[in-house]
Amino acid sequence: MTAPKLLSLVAALCLLGQGAVADEFGDAERGEKVFAQCKGCHMVGAKAKNRIGPTLNSLFSRQAASVEGFAYSKAFKRAGAKGLEWHADTLDTFLETPRQMVPGTRMSFRGLPDKQDRLDLIAYLRSFSVSPANIPEADPTAAPTDHDLDPEILALVGDPEYGAYLSSECTTCHQASGGDEGIPSIVLWPEEDFVLAMHAYKAKKRIHPVMNMIAGRLSDEEIAALAAYFVAPEE
Amino acid sequence: MKLNRRTFLGTTVAGAATFGAPMVMGASHGKPRVVVIGGGAGGATVARYLAKDSKGELDVVLIEPTRTYYTCFFSNLYLGGLRDLSSIAHSYGTLAAEYGVNVVHDWAVGVDRDAKAVALAGGGSVPYDKLVVSPGIDFVEGSVPGWSALSQNKMPHAYKAGSQSELLKAQIESMPEGGTYCMVAPPNPYRCPPGPYERISMVAHVLKAKNPTAKILIVDPKEKYSKQALFEEGWQKHYGGMVERIGPDFGGDKVEVNPDEMTVTIDGSVEKVDVCNVIAGQKAGHIAEMAGITEGNWAPVNAADMSSRMDENIHVLGDAAAQGDMPKSGFSANSQAKVAANAIRGALTGSKVFPAKFANTCWSLIDTDDGVKVGATYEATPEKIAKVDGFISQTGEDAALRKATYEESVGWYAGITADMFG
Repeated sequence: MTAPKLLSLVAALCLLGQGAVADEFGDAERGEKVFAQCKGCHMVGAKAKNRIGPTLNSLFSRQAASVEGFAYSKAFKRAGAKGLEWHADTLDTFLETPRQMVPGTRMSFRGLPDKQDRLDLIAYLRSFSVSPANIPEADPTAAPTDHDLDPEILALVGDPEYGAYLSSECTTCHQASGGDEGIPSIVLWPEEDFVLAMHAYKAKKRIHPVMNMIAGRLSDEEIAALAAYFVAPEE
Repeated sequence: MKLNRRTFLGTTVAGAATFGAPMVMGASHGKPRVVVIGGGAGGATVARYLAKDSKGELDVVLIEPTRTYYTCFFSNLYLGGLRDLSSIAHSYGTLAAEYGVNVVHDWAVGVDRDAKAVALAGGGSVPYDKLVVSPGIDFVEGSVPGWSALSQNKMPHAYKAGSQSELLKAQIESMPEGGTYCMVAPPNPYRCPPGPYERISMVAHVLKAKNPTAKILIVDPKEKYSKQALFEEGWQKHYGGMVERIGPDFGGDKVEVNPDEMTVTIDGSVEKVDVCNVIAGQKAGHIAEMAGITEGNWAPVNAADMSSRMDENIHVLGDAAAQGDMPKSGFSANSQAKVAANAIRGALTGSKVFPAKFANTCWSLIDTDDGVKVGATYEATPEKIAKVDGFISQTGEDAALRKATYEESVGWYAGITADMFG
């Protein structure tokens, strides 16, 4: 698709989105299961906060890239400024192939090719938006904190200068710009998420041969240093 | 970048653009100068990191004869028709414009280690405080009797990507029906250990579609090779019966070629072939030998900072270096470049020097969406770069994992080329 065509599609979807009601409704209960694919980065529910991705509470009718305190990619800021709003139809298009709708997003997710998955997920997310009565009382979505990590390790303060040097080992594969073409973006992550993810790889609770090998020989201080660097890289 | 781009560009890039290489000589900036020979995975990376991290405190000169660099990694995918040539082509424009690297398109033809200056083919010389030699490989003369650089038009190596890759691809595509593609594989050590065998896979991928009765013959002086079980499994699965390999037990180490007759003589028996891809024995790029920093075919280095064991003011990166356990790969060169950049910057500007860490991963493609990988981490010891830990893809992996591995390799390509060229 050419760039002008894509832009006009986004614009058209935005217009459609204004107050439009989706024709089909998904199954929110099933959508919660689909959301398992999202919750490594996104939280939704009573205790949700911004993690690697922004909180998804009150998502509907929200302008894209408008959650305060979240460091969005340039691509998303641009899409928001152009008027992209989240409604059932825009979400459906986005979730199918995120990078096609917002090229340059740092969201490392290929998309949900299955229409029913998308409908169910959208129905689930709606339950955190439309009416407060639909929000479950105490059911915060699990952030990736289910890996036991010594609070002392989590409390280590990293040296960003050392992290900058160590980061050069990461940028052979992970682009310093945050670009994502098959290998996830790791820039601008909250430090805690970064530390948890790296320790999960180090302890082989999260399996990936390259990451298990790389994280396996990083000390607690080195992981803290990398987290301190990647939360706000210089470039 | 936080460096003051205007001041930085004012002093370095403008000088390069206006006066070109000869003005580098005798230009006294009062800034320490690092000269880098070779703009591949080692050289481009070290130039970029030195310029980026020194924030204008270093004058970085990159000497590279070609204006467009074709990565050797992923050039097999071009042969297989899975990528076009432009997708593996890179320019040095960003290094010059964004990072202030003085990119000199010329050949380095000599190194005067006493005067600390590099002589250029175009005349003049470039003085240095530290020199980085990252010239990649050249071929050992007489390694395959009958073959020389003069016959590379008839029997291409395609082991330095670009026009040679185009030539080999054209030859494969015009093979007669049922014809024979022959590869003379190199002896150890050589650039990209799984490279010849990934190439076999990609050639088979093309022939299976266009010329299914064609044959592929590998004449190999080595008993075993990188990812052998994975390649053999894949060839059987995707290209059953097409690939035949003759190892040293059947004379694969006693090979001669005749480019005029298009024949390959294996242990005395003459074979007529249609394409002959000769990947001869290798040595450090010739400039390393001219600089007097080689021992045998390669340039020995200290593992802690990649400095030459012959000259503390010279660092050697990538394929040309004899460093120990790391394979000669673009990933390795890129990893070594960051260790060297950190050490050089420390020596010239007093910045903090952190301990060396090295890593490598090599992805190979066996067929569409059938990717495999091998990787390891390394540390510096007084003797060599020593392997710490590693992994390799397993035979029998499912298609989804192999596809994910391939997609990861595409991501890696984007990552490493951004890390090299900005």
